[in-house]
Amino acid sequence: MKQAIRIGLIGGVVEVLLALIGMIEAFSQRDIISHVISMGHTLLLLVVLFMSYLAAKGTTGNKPLQVLRNSALSGLIVGGMVALLVILGNYINLRKVLINASPLLYKLLTFDQGVIGSIPLLLGGGALGGLLAGLLHLSPTLTRRVLIVSLGSVVGAGVLQDLLRPTFALWGPLSIINEWLFTANGLTLYGAIGLFILIAAFFTFWAHKGNAIRSGINRLSPKRRSALKSTTFLLFFIILLALPQILGLFLSEVLTIVGLYVLLGLGLNIVVGFAGLLDLGYVAFFAIGAYTVAVLTSPELGFFNLSFWGALPLVIFMGVLSGVLLGIPVLKMRGDYLAIATLGFGEIIRILVLSDFLRPWLGGAQGIGRIPKAHLNSIEFATPQQIYYLILAGCLLVGFISWRLRDSRLGRAWMAVREDEDVAQAMGINLVSTKLMAFATGAAFSALSGAIFASKLGSVYPHSFNVMISINILCLIIVGGMGSIPGVLVGAIALVGLPELLREFAEYRLFVYGAALVAMMLLRPEGLWPEALRRRELHSPLPSPQRGEPAGRPGGEA
Amino acid sequence: MEIHMLKRWREKITPTDVVMWLIGAAILTLVIWGSTATLSEGKYSAYHWFDFVIFGLAQGSIYALIAMGYTMVYGTLRMINFAHSEVFMSGPYTAYYVAAAFYSSGFLDRHPIASLMMIFLVSMATSTLIAVLLERIAYRPLRTAPRLVPLITAIGASFFLQYTFRGLYGSGFQAYPVVKILEGEWMIGEFRVLKFQAVVIIAAALLMAALYSFIQYSRIGKAIRAVSEDKEISSLMGIDVNKMIVTTFVIGGMAAGAAGVLYALMFKQVHFFMGFIPGIKAFTAAVLGGIGNIPGAMLGGIFLGLIESLGPSLFLDGLGIIAPYQLKDAIAFILLVLVLIFRPTGILGERLAVKKA
Repeated sequence: MKQAIRIGLIGGVVEVLLALIGMIEAFSQRDIISHVISMGHTLLLLVVLFMSYLAAKGTTGNKPLQVLRNSALSGLIVGGMVALLVILGNYINLRKVLINASPLLYKLLTFDQGVIGSIPLLLGGGALGGLLAGLLHLSPTLTRRVLIVSLGSVVGAGVLQDLLRPTFALWGPLSIINEWLFTANGLTLYGAIGLFILIAAFFTFWAHKGNAIRSGINRLSPKRRSALKSTTFLLFFIILLALPQILGLFLSEVLTIVGLYVLLGLGLNIVVGFAGLLDLGYVAFFAIGAYTVAVLTSPELGFFNLSFWGALPLVIFMGVLSGVLLGIPVLKMRGDYLAIATLGFGEIIRILVLSDFLRPWLGGAQGIGRIPKAHLNSIEFATPQQIYYLILAGCLLVGFISWRLRDSRLGRAWMAVREDEDVAQAMGINLVSTKLMAFATGAAFSALSGAIFASKLGSVYPHSFNVMISINILCLIIVGGMGSIPGVLVGAIALVGLPELLREFAEYRLFVYGAALVAMMLLRPEGLWPEALRRRELHSPLPSPQRGEPAGRPGGEA
Repeated sequence: MEIHMLKRWREKITPTDVVMWLIGAAILTLVIWGSTATLSEGKYSAYHWFDFVIFGLAQGSIYALIAMGYTMVYGTLRMINFAHSEVFMSGPYTAYYVAAAFYSSGFLDRHPIASLMMIFLVSMATSTLIAVLLERIAYRPLRTAPRLVPLITAIGASFFLQYTFRGLYGSGFQAYPVVKILEGEWMIGEFRVLKFQAVVIIAAALLMAALYSFIQYSRIGKAIRAVSEDKEISSLMGIDVNKMIVTTFVIGGMAAGAAGVLYALMFKQVHFFMGFIPGIKAFTAAVLGGIGNIPGAMLGGIFLGLIESLGPSLFLDGLGIIAPYQLKDAIAFILLVLVLIFRPTGILGERLAVKKA
């Protein structure tokens, strides 16, 4: 009871905050189901559902009535807080201070019913939502899962409509789906219901038959199993190659950005994920890569006029060199101190590039333009669809290198250093060379990414290399799972790809980032796709899971 | 005997040490060379230097106040409260609306002292609230987690707060109203001092003195210091560790809120991103003075403020660098890195050498 009230109050605060920072308003521009529910309202509803689900889950004793009472209560409180905001906004002009408390927001929050009419609606809606969440909690596991997954995919389809619609439109026969499923803004009602039924049916089928299929695969002879595995790989590779052709121009552009971040992420993954050296100035190497290409190839400065490929080895060399040079001073630092020192380095590089002092060589605030595109014989990597292949090649190469490095002697040395520097040194690992190798490898990958970035844009500006980039990259490897190579891909798609698709909400990107990072660290510190070892470390069953000191222990007993 | 010691010393130093010392010596030479060049050129008069010093002192005392928060949290929790820059930002940004209301109603001009007091109060209260919430929601559940986890949480919280305030108050710069009694200048002998700079210095000095004596002499202050020495033993001695940790956040938040108003009085504008640079500078100051050491943070802040204000004209100008003021942040960061390399314990700190940092 008490807990339900507390959860309801927290939910209410979240709801009010979301409303006042303008997220609800911005999100309601997009409909999930056309003319039925907008993304803003979905967000409101989701908070209610999630909070009352928590309240239901937290109920001690499993009496259904108690569960329902608690969940309905917290739903009611969430609704009540929103109603309070509406009433308050009706009497006081909040807009003088809180710029997002606009008439449109109230219109959205009251569902266009006026202040008086909306109060029972909000309270009733909240309680009803809470009740539904409670029922969901009480229903059998399979039903619950099916409901969550299919509702989730309807919402997902609505959110990602801009991704799905043009993709279907490119393919003659598939464009029928478009007419059936999408309108100009949001899903059609029938489409949404159909999609819901389809996903639910598929998921139920998989839940019943999935195990049989999996064990069937396991029973195959090893030879055929490996054949199956390589076919899957081949299929995956072919899909990767065909992606830009399938997806069209805009999405290929998004893909190239994701690819660049994957490259950066793989590099930082070596430094932070493998070797445990928290580097917050990683963007410096990205900048060094980009500026090396710019200085070497751009006719604007006219020093060298090399081609992209001619400059590339030098870029990698500069990356390694700067990695070592910036690595040496911080060799003896650990943890937070290292983070701050590298943050300082990143800023120093940016300030130097920006300054008038180095302008004759680096272009100052105007940057360097007219960087030529990369050529391969007669093929020019100019459009996003072409550059995609350049980036794909880079990603595959770098991914392969880091995959091979991980289990190499060096990779194990890195991990030993990550777990405990003193012990690693006592075991005969040369700390200096191991750490410097990590910095150098990471820097080389980052410089490569910078080089492709520069040739993609055709120009470089100091403002592209601020500390946000470093933090973005760090976030994506943490969200993906530190030290995990597929995790980098997952993180890049989640943190770079999704926000690019939801451009109109770019303002709230960092807000969501921050919240996601905190939530991630509190609830799932190992990331979305963690390395097996780390998962075991952080969720070891031995000590009490509530207060256990996760990876502080040596990983030996895992 | 002496030869033996020399031998041992030679065994202890590594090639990287040599490289580092060479870099350090090179920077020192550049600084000395640049300074002598500037001074012999005589481009700046004594009045200029005096202005630089006063500006540096004012800026430095703001850094010092913010640095208190970093240093105290580091002392008790051994973590860098990355979101402290947002604690600093939240106060003056919220108080701006109070200030603007006072200004438009004419109350600010009629009762400037009272309204300044109110502005300070609102700012300090907001910053304190944010700091306490931060501790409760983001940091307390992670107290036993590995070190990287709270640091990343702090980065996340910093973004969250920045963009929450951006969403709440908007993304533009807000110009702080002008307080008439702080305009103009005083004369000290031949030198003139801008009034608001003098007020910033005096207010910061008073606050720091109050905070320092609180930490040094009050019961709570002693308890806080005990907690930062050893949490377990102090809880055995009957100190409520959780309460003391919250108190450090409260004190840090209050100092940051006050520093925020001083900053706003000095630079006359607020913005949702305004915390970032002063935050990093204040952290630098805390490291400079020896993190975990409260007088160290004050000293470090003032030192950093002076270096930043004097540095560009003192040694960069002499080296013939164009537009040296663009590089003043670079000076701060280079100083930070140098301190971390050569004296990670800071000017006054010594405890960290033992507790591997």
